[in-house]
Amino acid sequence: MTRSVPVDPSSRFTTHCDLSAHNVSCERDDRLLFEDLNLSVKKGDLIQLVGPNGAGKTTLLRLMAGLNQDFEGEVRWCDENIQECFQDYARQRLYIGHLSAIKKVLTPLENLRWFVSSWPEVKEDDLWQALEEVTLAGYEDVPCQQLSAGQQRRVALARLLVTPTPLWILDEPFTALDKAGVDWLEGQLAKHVEFGGSVLITSHHALNDIPALRQIELGMHK
Amino acid sequence: MSLVVATIKRDLVIAARNPGEWLNPLMFFLMVLALFPLAVDPDPKFLAKIAAGVVWVAALLATLLSLDALFKADVEDGTLEQWLASGESLYAMALGKVFVHWCISGLPLTLVAPLLALMMNLPEEAYSALFFSLLLGTPILSLLGAVGAALTAGVRSGGLLLSLVILPLYIPILIFGASAVYHAGIEMEYAGQLGFLASFLCIAMTLTPFAVAGALKLNLSR
Amino acid sequence: MWEALKRLYHRMGSPKWFYEISARWLPWFAIPAALCMIVGTVWGLAFAPADYQQGNSFRIIYIHVPAAILAQSAYAMMAIAGAIFLIWRMKMAAWVAASIAPIGASFCFIALMTGAIWGKPTWGTWWVWDARLTSMLLLLFLYFGVMALQKAMDTEDTAAKAGAILSLVGLVNIPIIKYSVEWWNTLHQPATLKLTEESTMAMDMLIPLLIMIVGFYLLFATLIFMRTRNQVLWHERKKNWVKKLIQAQAER
Repeated sequence: MTRSVPVDPSSRFTTHCDLSAHNVSCERDDRLLFEDLNLSVKKGDLIQLVGPNGAGKTTLLRLMAGLNQDFEGEVRWCDENIQECFQDYARQRLYIGHLSAIKKVLTPLENLRWFVSSWPEVKEDDLWQALEEVTLAGYEDVPCQQLSAGQQRRVALARLLVTPTPLWILDEPFTALDKAGVDWLEGQLAKHVEFGGSVLITSHHALNDIPALRQIELGMHK
Repeated sequence: MSLVVATIKRDLVIAARNPGEWLNPLMFFLMVLALFPLAVDPDPKFLAKIAAGVVWVAALLATLLSLDALFKADVEDGTLEQWLASGESLYAMALGKVFVHWCISGLPLTLVAPLLALMMNLPEEAYSALFFSLLLGTPILSLLGAVGAALTAGVRSGGLLLSLVILPLYIPILIFGASAVYHAGIEMEYAGQLGFLASFLCIAMTLTPFAVAGALKLNLSR
Repeated sequence: MWEALKRLYHRMGSPKWFYEISARWLPWFAIPAALCMIVGTVWGLAFAPADYQQGNSFRIIYIHVPAAILAQSAYAMMAIAGAIFLIWRMKMAAWVAASIAPIGASFCFIALMTGAIWGKPTWGTWWVWDARLTSMLLLLFLYFGVMALQKAMDTEDTAAKAGAILSLVGLVNIPIIKYSVEWWNTLHQPATLKLTEESTMAMDMLIPLLIMIVGFYLLFATLIFMRTRNQVLWHERKKNWVKKLIQAQAER
């Protein structure tokens, strides 16, 4: 996992918009998760949402990603409501949920191909290289059902290498990864923000080594 | 649009690797047909009289059976989340999914039904009517069924519920489809019935994707 | 005018306002409902002339026809309430829709039962695949589908939305289903005796029927108000105004 990223990432993001939440409140089943929350993710930010189970981390992540419209307040991308510029926003951010959307009968390569189909500029070679980088070389043609949970997670995470988006929104990406995988992913996060990208992440994993890291604590409402 | 095309391709590949997906409804169709002579009367004259209705009922049930799986896997493995995240129109995605479903259920049924109708002693004159009524009718079954499949995708053991929800909506198709075949069998004009099926198909094709898209959004797990 | 409507709409969206105002409205529906139904029943059963073909057995129309009309319009109302909920996210509309489903299904069931009872003296069998009875049966299936779907969902919000989507799909389908069933029926020997022929009905048969229909509508409104009030209390049970209300009741 020491190989470098195929494309030089510093040249990747010429422009970068801010993602921001304005006075966002959300309740689930009569329980207030958060109220009047303000949050902005700027160029070079690595923001980790922390808090106990049920604090609303995933809910906040999803509504920032535009998957959930059931809330009060506003989420903006480039100072525009994300629902109004959703097409554009969707191309600029990568969302990987804790469900990996891997189809088990397909090979890692086929899965990856589907993932990047919204970005026609991604080349086939990049996919092979990305799979090699996540140590799945030689598994390109093996159906994913024969891979371990950790390997399947790596297939999903290989998207980080090939999708040319400045903003990453990741929900518990460290799940099922081994030590080497964790180190690799931490390295990727650090590199991404260093090169001018930004990351919004939920994780119970401590990300202490990355200087750009900011933690936001949820679950203060009882 | 590219994600829709990629999804259609991907689902077709999955169906090709899981032949059960399209073979099981066909076998079910065959078995249901075999029940009628056994349960009611094997007399060829009697069979010829009920053949039109029986073949249509069996085709309808076989379609219904295959619908349960239409969105279930996509909801459970996170594929649905990725559709929503992609910013592609869910309307187009719904049409794409229905197209795939028709390719692996309605189309094989349409091709096989005339062969199996031999066993029911269907009058010779009715074969083209059977083929064309199924060709026009099975896509409507898939379209309407997709609404039910999307509504029940997140429900445990949703299969039975799906039937409850969708069967009443299938009645008009059953009436006109079976009637076209029956009338052809007694050498009467059946173009009118096919015309009705064609217009239902147009209505269903324009309206049901809205309902499917709306229903799919309900399945985002929290 | 428009402003007044808008104000009414916003007020309707407030559960507390609805709960208070409906308490005052309720008698204005319940009492006329009872009056209409008593007058209509007595008139229809005792004073309206017997039918020259069907004799006294026709008198069941005073329940059958209003129930059938209501079963159909209730479905439309449920779908419209569902649409209001989907479009404007007005929770009150979802609760109204949820209240309508079982009531509409009950009216549908009453229409079917009375139709079958009527069928016995008229056709000599309990059940005939007559166009009206068949489409009423299919309507009952549609109600069952909506209710089963609502029950199966794990959160109230998804239950309401799923029910609303399905009832809208059903609403678009009802005319198609009705038309196909009628078309199918004319194909397979039409019934020898039509159940109802309103156009040829004598005035003194028709007036009690109209009174019964009005009575059924008022009864329906009363039931909806009562059920929706229950829904309001249940959904707002954690709100202060409901807690105060319960306290006030307890102290009394």
